[in-house]
Amino acid sequence: MAVLTEEQSMLRDAARTWTREKSPVSAFRKVRDSGAPLGYDPAAFAEMAEMGWTGVIIPEEYGGSDFGYLSLGLILEETGRTLTASPILSSALAGASAIILGGTDAQKEAWLPKIAAGEVVATLAIDEGAHHRPNHVAVSASATDAGYTLSGTKTFVLDGMAASVFVVSARTDGAVDGKFGISLFLVPADAKGVSRKALKLADSRGAAIVTFDNVALGADALLGPQNEGWDLLEQTLDRARAGLSAEMLGSAVQAFETTLDYLKTRVQFGQVIGAFQALQHRAAKMFTDLELARSCVESALTAIDNNAPDVKELVSLAKAKMGDTLHLVSNEMVQMHGGIGMTDAHDAGLYLKRARAAEATYGGQSFHRDRFARLQGY
Amino acid sequence: MADFGGDDLETFRAEARDWLSANFPASLKGKGAMMYNEGVTPSNPDFKAWVKAMGDKGWGVPTWPKAYGGGGLSTAQARALQQEMNAVGAWSPIGGMGVMMFGPTLLEYGNEEQKQRHIPPIVRAELRWCQGFSEPGAGSDLASLQTKCEDKGDHWLVNGQKIWTSGAQWADWCFCLVRTDTTKKHEGISFLLIDMRTPGVETRPIRLISGNSPFCETFFTDVRVPKENLVGPLGGGWTIAKRLLQHERSGLAGGGGGGRGNLFTGPISELAKAYVGVDTVGRIDDPDLRSRVIQHEIDAKAFQLTAMRSMAEAKSNSGPNTATSIMKNAGTKVAQDRHELTLEILGAQGLGWEGDTFKAEELAAVRGWLGGKAYTIYGGSAEIQNNIISKRILDLPDPLAATNH
Repeated sequence: MAVLTEEQSMLRDAARTWTREKSPVSAFRKVRDSGAPLGYDPAAFAEMAEMGWTGVIIPEEYGGSDFGYLSLGLILEETGRTLTASPILSSALAGASAIILGGTDAQKEAWLPKIAAGEVVATLAIDEGAHHRPNHVAVSASATDAGYTLSGTKTFVLDGMAASVFVVSARTDGAVDGKFGISLFLVPADAKGVSRKALKLADSRGAAIVTFDNVALGADALLGPQNEGWDLLEQTLDRARAGLSAEMLGSAVQAFETTLDYLKTRVQFGQVIGAFQALQHRAAKMFTDLELARSCVESALTAIDNNAPDVKELVSLAKAKMGDTLHLVSNEMVQMHGGIGMTDAHDAGLYLKRARAAEATYGGQSFHRDRFARLQGY
Repeated sequence: MADFGGDDLETFRAEARDWLSANFPASLKGKGAMMYNEGVTPSNPDFKAWVKAMGDKGWGVPTWPKAYGGGGLSTAQARALQQEMNAVGAWSPIGGMGVMMFGPTLLEYGNEEQKQRHIPPIVRAELRWCQGFSEPGAGSDLASLQTKCEDKGDHWLVNGQKIWTSGAQWADWCFCLVRTDTTKKHEGISFLLIDMRTPGVETRPIRLISGNSPFCETFFTDVRVPKENLVGPLGGGWTIAKRLLQHERSGLAGGGGGGRGNLFTGPISELAKAYVGVDTVGRIDDPDLRSRVIQHEIDAKAFQLTAMRSMAEAKSNSGPNTATSIMKNAGTKVAQDRHELTLEILGAQGLGWEGDTFKAEELAAVRGWLGGKAYTIYGGSAEIQNNIISKRILDLPDPLAATNH
């Protein structure tokens, strides 16, 4: 665990207490079983907003606490432990980051206070295919007299059914895979021509496919520079990836601890199975990987807070290492629990399904390993 | 020296810079890695002068107490000193087992007389120490050691054999685990200091797969040891040994940065680009190798960040620091992977045993690769480390509980 300030320790303890008491895994299970398209419990999200969790990275002048990404990561780690579903990541981190980094005063004024209050959900609409390739942008925004016309489809939009506003990457120039010619737009969900369809994914969260059918946008919908939106997009995504890595860390730590408890209680051959060295060494390997992954995740979040020059490398390092670690731990959770781990009544399956979805979100391990290498010139 | 607090760190830095520029011989710049050849101290006069300067200053062991000749620096100052040394290519000539393992342990468990006698020569690199722990029948199961130590009234009488005694052939002293009670396993072990020039001590170097002989067999035949050379209580050696092994493991894990004996410093990706070439967009021109290089560099970076985190946590005393327990396995994996990748990247040039058709660093890569296989065996094998994590950190049952007591 990183060295925390007193305020950060208090925030972490508050998040730990709340998630354990108010939002244990059984709460997520209830949301899943209800089949509600939002994919989270709005009442629980309102409580989180009440505690200030939706304003952690938002400047004070826009109603936030400006507490930084490491602080928000502490909350996400705790929500990750209990698989608490909420738009904290998609909106209070990713959507808010795009607006903080690229927004005009008017755009900030229009959206940040509402995001900080938990009144609106702002989410990224970036991906267009089965794999995260943020430079692959076919959704087009053609210039009109009044502004732009937006057309095309985005998929795997987190909390897309709940969102009031989308941060959409669209092509205003250049080739379909080119970094030049990408621009970001703030598109209200109730704009004419916006339609969405819930994506029913294995992790039971609220993702959506969002279609833009000749959506008329004013010139003030442009977020950041025209054609040169790639840097803003990358910076936004890196913040989202680091935050997601913190959530994944929490899920992995909990999956490991639950498994460890099982190793200490399940008796076979007249002894607890945790006495078998074959299992002990696999547990030790998981523990080792979790320690290494934690260092990467905390370094990435700290680098963002410090505006360090190596944010990109550290974020890709964190997402790749954390992804591998969660992958391992979620598989071992099922395997070490044996038959009970295969049942829907047990939590192992919930962690396993969430693991794969989180790994794929904002780029999987192979995407980030490749990016890590390219950034270092090989 | 003044007691530099946080605000005075820059003052200390300036002093360190001045002192280094006055004392560090330019001819030794950046040669730190080259000195690791079986522990032989070069007779080079610049090297000797540098040893003397660092020894007198106590900066080879910057955080050890001044009372015993150490630098007396805070950890922040020691870090600043290291940074200043790195900046000018300076390196500490004071090393070995005395610095890495025995000194810190003696400072903790030795009596005042023992510290006054044995610490200053380590600080000044005047005496070399070796470690008499393993025996032919006591490797991973170290506590089953049998070297016998009998109380003869005015002296101890030691008989037995040690193995894997690093640098015993050059050592002046040996810190040794001996059996003082055959009726108890762990509580029958004591920690004894033996002068290697005592009659009855004999060393035989063991030739390893790397062609080097960094380890010896050491035989003790009716060796008389003064009573005052017992460290800690009679039968209390196991506790001291465990502490010493922690120092050893944290030191060994440090190899994770590069791996000893590997003269190719810098990122392994650069070596791969140089030997394997790049494709049209600058990637290593072998996708399979590239993906393994990436994985390695991710592991290396994760290890480095964990070492930094562990240090920061230790400094802040923010609670139990569990990260340290994983450092040996994580670090040795990185170091061994680096050796393997280096060899693979060099191709046929990475198979040379000797001769002038190979560059010195190519030959060193082969020897380093072979020598590196020991990383996961010595200082508690990788398997023993996993046992320790399972038992002490994860609180899983000890499968050997029945045989250990």
